[in-house]
Amino acid sequence: MARTRAPERTLLPSDEPLSLLRKDGTPVDDSPLSMPDDDVLVELHRRMVIGRRFDTQATALTKQGRLAVYPSSRGQEACEVGSVLALRPTDWLFPTYRDSVALVTRGVDPAETLTLLQGGWHLGYDPYEHRVGPQCTPLATNTLHAVGFAHAARLKGEDVAALVLLGDGATSEGDTHEALNFAGVWKAPVVFLVQNNGYAISVPMSKQNAAPSLAHKGVGYGVPSVLVDGNDVAAVHAVVREALESGGPTLIEALTYRIEAHTNADDATRYRTSDEVAAWLDRDPVDRLEAYLTSRGLLDHARRAAVAAEAEEFAASVRAKLNVDVEPSPEDLFEHVYATTPRHLREQAALLREELA
Amino acid sequence: MTAVVAQESQLSLAGALNRALADALAADPTVLVFGEDVGALGGVFRVTDGLAARFGEQRVFDTPLAESGIVGTAIGMAMNGLRPVVEMQFDAFAYPAFEQITSHLAKLRNRTRGRVELPVVIRVPYGGGIGGVEHHCDSSEAYYTHTPGLRVVTPGTPDDAYRLLRDAIDSPDPVIFLEPKRRYWAKGPLSDERIGFDRAVVRRAGRDVTLIAYGPMVATALETAEAATEEGWDVEVVDLRSLAPFDDETVCASVVKTGRAVVVHEASGFGGYGAEVVARVTERCFHHLHAPVLRVTGFDIPYPPPKLEEHHLPSVDRILDAIGRLQWDDEVVGSCGA
Ligand SMILES: Cc1ncc(C[n+]2csc(CCOP(=O)(O)OP(=O)(O)O)c2C)c(N)n1
Repeated sequence: MARTRAPERTLLPSDEPLSLLRKDGTPVDDSPLSMPDDDVLVELHRRMVIGRRFDTQATALTKQGRLAVYPSSRGQEACEVGSVLALRPTDWLFPTYRDSVALVTRGVDPAETLTLLQGGWHLGYDPYEHRVGPQCTPLATNTLHAVGFAHAARLKGEDVAALVLLGDGATSEGDTHEALNFAGVWKAPVVFLVQNNGYAISVPMSKQNAAPSLAHKGVGYGVPSVLVDGNDVAAVHAVVREALESGGPTLIEALTYRIEAHTNADDATRYRTSDEVAAWLDRDPVDRLEAYLTSRGLLDHARRAAVAAEAEEFAASVRAKLNVDVEPSPEDLFEHVYATTPRHLREQAALLREELA
Repeated sequence: MTAVVAQESQLSLAGALNRALADALAADPTVLVFGEDVGALGGVFRVTDGLAARFGEQRVFDTPLAESGIVGTAIGMAMNGLRPVVEMQFDAFAYPAFEQITSHLAKLRNRTRGRVELPVVIRVPYGGGIGGVEHHCDSSEAYYTHTPGLRVVTPGTPDDAYRLLRDAIDSPDPVIFLEPKRRYWAKGPLSDERIGFDRAVVRRAGRDVTLIAYGPMVATALETAEAATEEGWDVEVVDLRSLAPFDDETVCASVVKTGRAVVVHEASGFGGYGAEVVARVTERCFHHLHAPVLRVTGFDIPYPPPKLEEHHLPSVDRILDAIGRLQWDDEVVGSCGA
């Protein structure tokens, strides 16, 4: 892949996405990025396989009515896994609704990851336990939370960076621009990873953005920008790691594709062609890394089978955990609205108790 | 925490807020003050005057000019253990932050089952009466009080301004702190009593009718009460202070005693906060009422230009008229007690 710009922390992104592996898994010569260590690559592979299996399992659970809805990230595993495994334990992740694979990669219990979609409660996990902010549904709002969080860490003298995930559509929201501007002015240690999967529900990039790339949007805010091949997990991992360690803000645009529809409720054939999907299947992030690892002797048949078995076991545990009826207590409705429940809510809780008696 | 009493016998409401911020910054290193022009300038109303110089730019600072950004980053900072106190320059300029306030600030505690606590205070200079142009005079309380998870408070006196702001900063819940800008320069003494964050207060005792007011209208209600004595009406004035949660107890005790009530606010009446107060009072005190509970509010119009605002804002005369409409020939005035 042609490269026209050195990877020093310039504001302008390269014209071509940075990469380490070609789509057939052969390494890119003279890539400005450093290839992650072998053990990291092997782990990236394992987590992508598990993540993908988790994703198909979650989609299956929507068909059984166990989940109200599920936004698949199939095809985006390199972004989800590559970025999360670049985080240091003390760093924080600020994900969106699409980033369930990022959450399980971070170690959040899969059942707790899916609580929101299960209808049990709005959030299943403890953000502080995993250093993962609440999954965000209103677009782009999490960018500001990440900037505030990282700035607070800086004020407290802590070496903590924040990784915020967002989609291509979310870059059009005002909050993205305010967040980039705040991060630029404050030099906050925040990595904005835009997973450009081509569409915001049905709206293509051509109707979303007029800049040469989404990464270019960092320039106006003084935020160093990187364009990366989002289906190349080694490259995503390398640029996110470097950005997290830079101590300041970075905007990364990762070019990728969501293979499934926006959610299980969406009909993607209305806005994109099967040829387009096929072309992207040909750039599959898991296949690509497998080809490379195999060529290097880091992945053999036995290892591949072991990872597949582990993914299968993971999916089985997800099924088992979600094949139960969640019955949140109606009394929970009045809990945690305020630190202490005010009188009018206690009265309403009493009314509901009476109705239920 | 004990409140620090002002050395001066009299302090303006803005001065009391400034002192509250200074005392909170001094008492707790996690408190931060930021917003637009709050640093070197000390805020357009000088409420943050001198704080940046005293506490440094790490703790009191100017942000880029972006309200959603201010509130959104405050949320992130609060998640990371700080206690941000942010200033929205004027009421109508807080609207860009509405999404962050309603969808995140108000809800994160609930969404996370209490795991994420957001002790954020959003100070909003609100209301008219200062000859301001449009977008500088909105009374936006109904937007916030309608949002569960937010506390909404507004002081009517310098004393309350000091103590309510200290309480707001101490609060584990997010607080929308509405500052009646036309009272910024009103002076009064500070005391060292704690208020109790959710409590309304009887500002003036009376037998015949209860005026329910808050923020900028407290002074107008007290003025009305004085004027009403000429008509032979003994008017009680309740200052709500906390708009949400609402202190039914104090309000109803007063209405049960007087049997008549008028709710007064600057904001437009239709769908306004006063409708909530009237409904609550009616539901709880119906058998003690000798007349319907009335409202005196701003008209249902966009905030008018400065040269017409006096016609829009509730005046002493308009409130007296409402009191007059409460059927004074009823013999049982004041005798129906709980
Ligand atoms: C503020 C806001 N407006 C609209 C929506 C509805 N909505 C949900 S997802 C989506 C598209 C988002 O696209 P993108 O940012 O590219 O992320 P992707 O779904 O592709 O991961 C829209 C419009 C929303 N969640 N939030």
